[in-house]
Amino acid sequence: MTAQALIHFPKKARRGEVIEIRTMISHPMETGFRRTQQGEPIPRNIITAFVCRYNDVEVFRADLFPALTANPFLAFHTVAAESGTLTFTWTGDDGFRAEERAKIEVG
Amino acid sequence: MTAFPREAFPRLRGEKRRPALAAAAAFLFALPAFAADIPLPDRRSGYAFMGPDTRAMQDDDTQNPATLAVLEGEALWARKAGAAGRACADCHGDARESMTGAAARYPRFDDASAGPIDLEGRIMQCRARRQEAPPLARESRELLALSAFVARQSRGLPVADAVAADARLAPFLERGRALFRRRQGQIALSCAQCHDDNWGKSLAGNAIPQAHPTGYPLYRLEWQSVGSLQRRLRNCMIGMRAEPYAYGAPEYLDLALYLAWRARGMTMEAPAVRP
Amino acid sequence: MDDGAAAMRSRGMTRRGMLMAGLAALPAGAALTVIVRPAAATPEAMQEAIRRITGGAPLRRGRVRLEIPPLSENGNSVACAVAVDSPMTAADHVKAIHVVTEKNPQPNVIGVHLGPRAGRARIATRLRLSDTQTVTAIAALSDGSFWAESANVIVTMGACLEDAL
Repeated sequence: MTAQALIHFPKKARRGEVIEIRTMISHPMETGFRRTQQGEPIPRNIITAFVCRYNDVEVFRADLFPALTANPFLAFHTVAAESGTLTFTWTGDDGFRAEERAKIEVG
Repeated sequence: MTAFPREAFPRLRGEKRRPALAAAAAFLFALPAFAADIPLPDRRSGYAFMGPDTRAMQDDDTQNPATLAVLEGEALWARKAGAAGRACADCHGDARESMTGAAARYPRFDDASAGPIDLEGRIMQCRARRQEAPPLARESRELLALSAFVARQSRGLPVADAVAADARLAPFLERGRALFRRRQGQIALSCAQCHDDNWGKSLAGNAIPQAHPTGYPLYRLEWQSVGSLQRRLRNCMIGMRAEPYAYGAPEYLDLALYLAWRARGMTMEAPAVRP
Repeated sequence: MDDGAAAMRSRGMTRRGMLMAGLAALPAGAALTVIVRPAAATPEAMQEAIRRITGGAPLRRGRVRLEIPPLSENGNSVACAVAVDSPMTAADHVKAIHVVTEKNPQPNVIGVHLGPRAGRARIATRLRLSDTQTVTAIAALSDGSFWAESANVIVTMGACLEDAL
């Protein structure tokens, strides 16, 4: 099953307004430091990178490590520069990749 | 790999456990036992015992990780499944209307099993009978998503008195009450000793809540995932050093019925967040 | 050196005193004093992680505000926000914010890269803490300077865990 993401920000903003963007995505963020009840190591499976693009221009990037929680939550800010599309991309171990897009209207 | 790995990420093995166990043992011997029900006006949700950060997670859907399960459940609600090629929505329509208050009325009496059935059991039954789809396992991602989505439609509503609504549940309520009060496990502890008689006190680093099932399914930080009431009951039994019942066991259904009756009139808050 | 060790011990005593005060207040979940440790007291792995971030440049105190609870109910999820005092202009902005810990299996938690288009240098996330320990947030500014703030977080342990004992 694909990852479920949640993106939250004001869909309409004034030009130049600083908006907060909240993101959350379903992912175990398995650390690689745990073992099963039988003592077998559980391989690491984490999201390693997150990128937010605003009309194809990168405005925010994060490198994630195993110490971030499962279903990682990340809130940050951006300046509402123009109407268009925000693209959110998460990539990680085992070829994990998820992408979400959302429109913003700037007046 | 087991479904629920033994270690939560930050917890170290061995040494870190012993203080908790010692605390549990010390607590046991210090227990006053009243075996009295909590007076109705004194009942409080587990929410009341949480810290401000955990409350903030529950209060805001955009910060509550269980929202991811609700969104997934909403998508599953509309997805056709099984030989019947039917989605939940094909019969039940918009869950925001048809499922309002539904979760607050569970467990209910089930004719097929002639006993109580919980919300997850009803979804599993519906899936088998109406959708003719392969069964969903208890605690599977899909079943938790669907039950979280359905339970979300009861948020803010009072827990119904299912026994008053259907007298056939009365004997099962009494069985649940007896289970709640029965000492069990290696340290001979009952549910009531913690949750009726000693709520509000600390057991290791956590406050003892009153054990009201108003938030299930919920996101538990300890699990790092969403889980059902049955998982929580299983978790409690392991904490009591008793042998947990298998998922779906009638004992869990009787206990769930008793807990829902005990919480009658309290406010539904699913999907909640707990430490 | 002896004086230094005595000073450390003295600080340690104070810290323990504060920890005890914190634990005494635990059931109430009340706001506690955030304990900021001197950077020199952090273990080698965290120091190495910090060196990789700064390239050996000095780490200055101030400008960074680390919002993290002094007491956490579960180390699996600790809310954490970092805000940096910066105009976020092309000429003067925050380039990166890093969070590192001293006792987790590896020190890095997250590193974010931003610029003037962020408008505000503030991030919020949730992290895992393996034990009671110090968390440090570091900001890299466009003028090449590095700023930091640290906080101690007490991680409490529950009694009834799902995993068998």
